[in-house]
Amino acid sequence: MDDHGIRELLGEVRRGRLTRRAFVQTMIGLGLTAPMAAQMLASAGVAQAQTRAPAFTPTRRGGGGALRVLWWQAPTLLNPHFGTGTKDLDASRIFYEPLAAYDPDGNLAPILAERIPTVENGDLSKDGTSVVWQIKKGVAWHDGKPLTADDIVFNWEYAADPATATVNIASYRDITRVEKLNEHAVKVVYKDATPFWFDAFCGNRPIIPKHLFAAYKGGQSREAPTNLKPVGTGPYRFVDFKPGDIVRAELNPAYHQPNRPFFDTLEMKGGGDAVSAARAVLQTGEYDYAWNMQVEDDILRRLEQGGKGRVDVWAGGGVEHVQCNFTDPSKEVDGERSSLKTTHPVLADVAVRQALNLLVDRASVHEQIYGRQGQATANFLNAPSRYRSGNTRWEFNVDRANQVLDAAGWKRGADGIRAKDGKRLRFVFQTSINAPRQKTQAIIKQACAKAGIDIEVKSVVASVYFSSDAANPDTYSHFYTDLQMYTTNLNAPDPQSIMRQFVSWDIASKETKWAGRNITRWRSEEYDRLWKGAEQEMDPVKRAAMFIRMNDLLIQHVVVVPVLWRNGVGAAANRLRGIAQSGWDSTLWNLANWHKA
Amino acid sequence: MSKYVIRQVLILIPVLLGISLVLFTILAMAPGDPFEELATNPNVPPEVRANLRAKFGLDDPIAVRYLRWFVSMMKGDWGFSFVSRVDVDTLILQRLPTSLFILGSALVLGVIIALPIGTMSALRPYSLFDQIATTFAFIGFSLPTFFTGLVFILVFSIWLDWLPFIYRADISATGWRWYWEQLRQSIMPIAVLGLFQGATLTRFMRSAVLDVIRLDYVNTARAKGLSEKTTVVKHVVRNALIPVVTLLALQVPGIFGGAIITEQIFRVPGIGSLLINSILANDTPVVMAVTFVYSALVVLSNLVADILYGWLDPRISYR
Repeated sequence: MDDHGIRELLGEVRRGRLTRRAFVQTMIGLGLTAPMAAQMLASAGVAQAQTRAPAFTPTRRGGGGALRVLWWQAPTLLNPHFGTGTKDLDASRIFYEPLAAYDPDGNLAPILAERIPTVENGDLSKDGTSVVWQIKKGVAWHDGKPLTADDIVFNWEYAADPATATVNIASYRDITRVEKLNEHAVKVVYKDATPFWFDAFCGNRPIIPKHLFAAYKGGQSREAPTNLKPVGTGPYRFVDFKPGDIVRAELNPAYHQPNRPFFDTLEMKGGGDAVSAARAVLQTGEYDYAWNMQVEDDILRRLEQGGKGRVDVWAGGGVEHVQCNFTDPSKEVDGERSSLKTTHPVLADVAVRQALNLLVDRASVHEQIYGRQGQATANFLNAPSRYRSGNTRWEFNVDRANQVLDAAGWKRGADGIRAKDGKRLRFVFQTSINAPRQKTQAIIKQACAKAGIDIEVKSVVASVYFSSDAANPDTYSHFYTDLQMYTTNLNAPDPQSIMRQFVSWDIASKETKWAGRNITRWRSEEYDRLWKGAEQEMDPVKRAAMFIRMNDLLIQHVVVVPVLWRNGVGAAANRLRGIAQSGWDSTLWNLANWHKA
Repeated sequence: MSKYVIRQVLILIPVLLGISLVLFTILAMAPGDPFEELATNPNVPPEVRANLRAKFGLDDPIAVRYLRWFVSMMKGDWGFSFVSRVDVDTLILQRLPTSLFILGSALVLGVIIALPIGTMSALRPYSLFDQIATTFAFIGFSLPTFFTGLVFILVFSIWLDWLPFIYRADISATGWRWYWEQLRQSIMPIAVLGLFQGATLTRFMRSAVLDVIRLDYVNTARAKGLSEKTTVVKHVVRNALIPVVTLLALQVPGIFGGAIITEQIFRVPGIGSLLINSILANDTPVVMAVTFVYSALVVLSNLVADILYGWLDPRISYR
């Protein structure tokens, strides 16, 4: 579908002939993310849907007893600007809140903002260079001081200062200035048009109080006592924190939403392993919620028979995919393998890559290995919905793979392995050590053998594989093998950064100490142009069409073979309600609404 | 004697220095850094991670980093955790009480089991009681603690549903209820460690008593017409305890080591689990500090064992 078609659909939504939901689903079918589709509607003048808030039944604040949650990686710090992992960001979200959160449908849900900026209400400028945030009035920090525009301005100054060494500096450094319009409004001005203006101050970038952090901006950021004793605006306030072990909180009697929160105390215990965490919720009921159940589905099903809890599954943005190396990993040029000066002797032939695409049995990988943990997919860019793409499709077909290879002149040798001009179809296929990944490798290897492709599997310890050690040839970014597989996560509701991993100026090489994002070393002028365009394009319809095209380019050229679109998986006590997990935001984004039936 | 102690303490210095150098080099050469999760997150540009590495001095040569660590260590500054940005000594002090409580109780439990059983076995060697005790002792110290820990969880938490298997350092109850909850959650980790210790000590105790019981002064005591009880308690056990006490001191580091895994299984927030998590997160300052504490402990326990031995048995003298 081109952008004309999308415009027509938008018109139909505006006239009421097409429902919002149907529109969003169509866009998802095109390989767009739901948040983008929602943004398209917003800018086309269709009002944002009311956030589908799950029913919240309690009629008064408190009285819910204790809420006990289990994170098998323990939170180590409680300043969201320093959180290196989701565990830290999640723990910070108990206390701190953003201006707006991303709900499961990808809409912005106002939290500390009075309303969501749109072009219609005048808060979002048409050219996308500035946005006005109206801040909710009457919100107090846990120590009683009011939340004001100064706090928002301060968060930008704090995070954008390189000396503070925040991990989210990228969200703030392209902001030219944040102006205080009045006590409860700020104007954020960007250097360029910024389609992803809902990054800073939103989702996992919550607001910290100026009055407690102002003295600790820059080089002394580590010394702020509030780093360990957070004072936020959230539904629960701080009691105690032991890094790497436990976070304790209690009800905030002055919370800014009526009748919330439900629980009197909250305890987040950390550490251990995923299986025993699942067991503590599903089988023994010691805990109410456990995060990130990276456990084989079989085991989860068995534990669920304990009857104390249920497995909670939601769509996220991660995609497990196989990457093809476009450079030659066996030839060393100027001290590096997989150098840009080479091309892969075999994988450069598109027929070989197409055959590979036909030989990945996604259905078996999904059903036999991941179960509820994911969905088979043909797209690199996936969205939170069960609907399949219209432009791309996948197929597992050994016969067709054989035909494709035959037609391209790859002849079987005496040992059954195909060869052409003395080059044999023999690949080294690497991934990290992780039981489901090794099983997936085996499935692919088996199918490839039937088509005359010999695969040698290699597995690397995760801590080495995902490390940035420039001296270690086994990291994923060196990519010194022919094929490799891992998951890329789309943690934000905007695909700009995830799609960066195929642009030609960001190639992982010796020169950049392999810090570049483009690991396949695939280069396409059209893709580069599209990505650059999308970075500045404020018309969401055109921008959407660009991302669809980028995804289709990747699939057509078989730069990657998407295998599985991963789901988020948690374990929840049977009586726990109101969780509403979002694939785009923290596990605790909706904590204020958690309650027990 | 004091000369000996001084000499031993002086030897400590090069030993600890060597240990720290080896540890630091190995850690520095191991792949990865504390900001691994940033690398796989497409929303964090690589520069952010590079800046953090530079700020924490991770890009400097190993020798420079070691010197920096060593100098501040000499000044009593243990550095701060890269992961939680908290001072390392705070982290360790926070967790030490829990570890000491669990390990101390386990040691006491081990001794309580080992003394009577070991003595009884030795008094009637190859009796039915001895056979049974020996069998259990062998089972006890052959099974690793991570295995018995899992078996305990399976039996007492999952099948019987009596005990919680997640340890919480601060229980939100007061009064008797606090003690009850504390007891319930501590039983399993203490039992796992205590039984293991007890099994080992039982064997030591048995052989020590067997050695002593054949000696002439025991026969003399019996010939004097002392009651069996007095003979055993005053003459046999007392003397048999000399090697056992020394062994106990030597075993303290072993207990700390065994506790690392037990703490992980039961999620006990002690320094053992701190060590594991820091290793997994490549948090060098914390790993250095904890292993440093452990190695100091090993060396010190050896010293204590030596001194105790000399003090308990005047025949031994050190020069």
